[in-house]
Amino acid sequence: MALSTGKFGKYDPQNPTKDRITDIGPRHYWEFFPPSIQKNYGKWLYHEVLEPGVLVHVSETGDKVYTVRCGSPRLMTVHHVREICDIADKYCNGYVRFTTRNNIEFIVDSLEKVEALKKDLSSRKFVSGSYKFPVGGTGASITNIVHTQGYVHCHTPATDASSLVKAVMDELFEYFTGMTLPAKVRLAVACCLNMCGAVHCSDIALLGIHRKPPIIDHEVIDQVCELPLVISSCPTGAISPDKTPEGRKTLKIKVDRCMFCGNCYTMCPALPIADKEGDGVAILVGGKISNSISEPKFSKVVVAYQPNNFPRYPEVVQTVKKIVEVYAADARKHERLGDWAERIGWEKFFEKTGIPFTEHLIDDYRLAYDTFRTSTQFKFTEAAWNVSRAAGGID
Amino acid sequence: MFQPKRPQRELKYEELRIYTDEELNNFSEEELKDFKIKHDIPALEELEKGPWPSFVADAKQEALRRRKLADDRVMIDRYVVEDLLGQLELSFKDGETHWKHGGIVGVFGYGGGVIGRYSDVPEKFPGIAHFHTIRVNQPASMFYKTDFLRALCDLWEYRGSGLVNMHGSTGDIILLGTTTEQLEPIFYDMTHELDQDLGGSGSNLRTPSCCIGKARCEWACYDTQEMCYEMTMHYQDELHRPAFPYKFKFKFDGCPNGCVASIARADISFIGTWRDDIRIDQEAVRAYIAGDIVPRGGAHRGRDWGKFDIQKEVIDLCPSQCMWMEDGKLVIDNKECVRCMHCINVMPQALRPGTDTGVSILVGAKAPILEGAQISQVIVPFMKAEPPYDNVKEVIERIWEFWMEEGKNRERVGELIQRVGLPKFLEVIGLPPAPQMIKAPRANPYIFWKEEDVTGGFTRDIKDYRARHKR
Repeated sequence: MALSTGKFGKYDPQNPTKDRITDIGPRHYWEFFPPSIQKNYGKWLYHEVLEPGVLVHVSETGDKVYTVRCGSPRLMTVHHVREICDIADKYCNGYVRFTTRNNIEFIVDSLEKVEALKKDLSSRKFVSGSYKFPVGGTGASITNIVHTQGYVHCHTPATDASSLVKAVMDELFEYFTGMTLPAKVRLAVACCLNMCGAVHCSDIALLGIHRKPPIIDHEVIDQVCELPLVISSCPTGAISPDKTPEGRKTLKIKVDRCMFCGNCYTMCPALPIADKEGDGVAILVGGKISNSISEPKFSKVVVAYQPNNFPRYPEVVQTVKKIVEVYAADARKHERLGDWAERIGWEKFFEKTGIPFTEHLIDDYRLAYDTFRTSTQFKFTEAAWNVSRAAGGID
Repeated sequence: MFQPKRPQRELKYEELRIYTDEELNNFSEEELKDFKIKHDIPALEELEKGPWPSFVADAKQEALRRRKLADDRVMIDRYVVEDLLGQLELSFKDGETHWKHGGIVGVFGYGGGVIGRYSDVPEKFPGIAHFHTIRVNQPASMFYKTDFLRALCDLWEYRGSGLVNMHGSTGDIILLGTTTEQLEPIFYDMTHELDQDLGGSGSNLRTPSCCIGKARCEWACYDTQEMCYEMTMHYQDELHRPAFPYKFKFKFDGCPNGCVASIARADISFIGTWRDDIRIDQEAVRAYIAGDIVPRGGAHRGRDWGKFDIQKEVIDLCPSQCMWMEDGKLVIDNKECVRCMHCINVMPQALRPGTDTGVSILVGAKAPILEGAQISQVIVPFMKAEPPYDNVKEVIERIWEFWMEEGKNRERVGELIQRVGLPKFLEVIGLPPAPQMIKAPRANPYIFWKEEDVTGGFTRDIKDYRARHKR
């Protein structure tokens, strides 16, 4: 019983269905629970965050289980996974866990082991100096960013993900290793509107966007795409049938209806939409998933576009940092970013963060009306006086 | 306590391993420091700096290791990692991705689990000419034993790029990059030796995922792992063979805090809840007020927020204003409680969810493509969730039946509900309407009355009418 070697291993390409095993599903979770987790399953009383990255869970059996949480780049090599295994073997009897936000959790049964583990984790660095396993990401912090593939593995991205995450987390590192914020702040990156990362309910979401309409590859489009499907794939009905001068079937795009969603490219490889000058990053804020205090809500676009300035995206990073800093200074304890923005009013959000409010931030898609202010309850900021002046209402 | 649905092969890395210890430690730190990959990657090397873990620095480790393995110890191009970094650098320069559009590859008999990927500059980066992804169905809540992980690492280093995501957005382990030729050998060893299956992709049931649940959380209102596992096993056919209009996701959150984001990301969100009273330990409440227990489990330790104020931090923030202090005791009017979790989150040693627990079922969350993003909406306020979950399966299958019948190509179930209307959806699913399903009743009076709603039906005679009313 060993993993096979050789080009095809034990698989017989001449006889693909021989001894085939299918539909067996994942490994069962119970075997992967450390004994302390098995013993106390469903018996937990409460938990505490002892310090950034260190949790204790207390069971009604009297057991205390300690967790040390550390960050990961999500995109990693087997070499790195083996190092995680080495640590798990050394301190945790060979058990380890990953969180939904790509953190790594090592579970131990005493504070002494926590100290040894923390020391070990913090001492491990890549040769270039980055931490391999930064400890943190608990409580009122910025924990690891959930993200998508970007240029590493995707055919539709408008930005890269791994590099953007690295750039942002380097700048916000102190918020990962500390717990100084009014509430947790959840960041997410998706490299196009498909949002494999489902960033639409995050405190701060960074979203790759396109700004140029697709180019039509007239020479091949009728061979590689189902034209009626492509036409119906456009949410705004901007695509219609057309003929080339040679009489070949093709499509045309009504550019003023294009909202650059890229759905047509998903349906048809002959409509490439990515473009160096067109693509960039939008910043959305104020969404949440938890039902705590306020209802779950969508993130809202507060910056329509910033450039893909690889590899460090300074404009995006500085805007995110500014938002976090203003929020940290101004929000009340327990108040999530979106709840803060709604309490002070979006006009104050833009005033305090200094982010310019542009026409791109006003919804003009379906149900846009729901976002309009239909009351006289608003606050006066400089943006309001600008309107008054433009309207001739004041000097 | 819990058992797999079938006996599982026990995994021992020592028996499964491909690589020797010498091969696993085949380079020194000095060599790594001096190592240059075959492409010039100045932008990526910039990303080796800074405190956050650098995927570039990590990738170089694997690149060096592959350089030093013998020819017959890697089944795909040894330069695969170097070529990936090279192409990424080129993508930065061009501001555009260099992956071709799609490509249908897979393993025999499955319509999902493998995503085809081809470089559009294979002459520059031959190692990633084919670079297909394999999704591996993660164990519920992503606990592992190192025997499993190490064996998977050996398999993937030998037959793939050695690059992984721990984990993908939907929850799978993502194995990034191999050739078409290696897909079947990988699947063979994964099923035969690791006793492990692929995850979902395409118009399939996507790999279900769950929060940490009762494994290490005091708030889990049902066995999220057990339910996730059961649903994954019960719907293996739907997971592997595309029969749906589009993707379909289940996610299992143990409580309304929603750590696995089901309400934002799942076509059916299962969210733990309770229908009895929040359990109160009044002594612990007093200890919180006195400052003897740190609020929110110490989540705010990094800043001095002053003394804990139960009125300001808990009672005044309660969304339904259903709690107050009376004679030194915290009183909760549970009938008015909306189970938002805030008071429990802040005072976990004093307050706990009730014990008559189950799930709320919400439907329809999705990202913006096509009709705009949606958050799941309530369709079943409360349901007991206990094995074998027949009641839940029945609801799921009724939804699927309707969606497969009525859904258009690439229409998620949440969009279908928008298109046909919630009343129609409820009628088909067989659920009575309830105010819990809406934020407010409609403001417009454009009601689609049906003929059977109205006394006498819709058929009328114009002559009768004219007998009463002249033209």
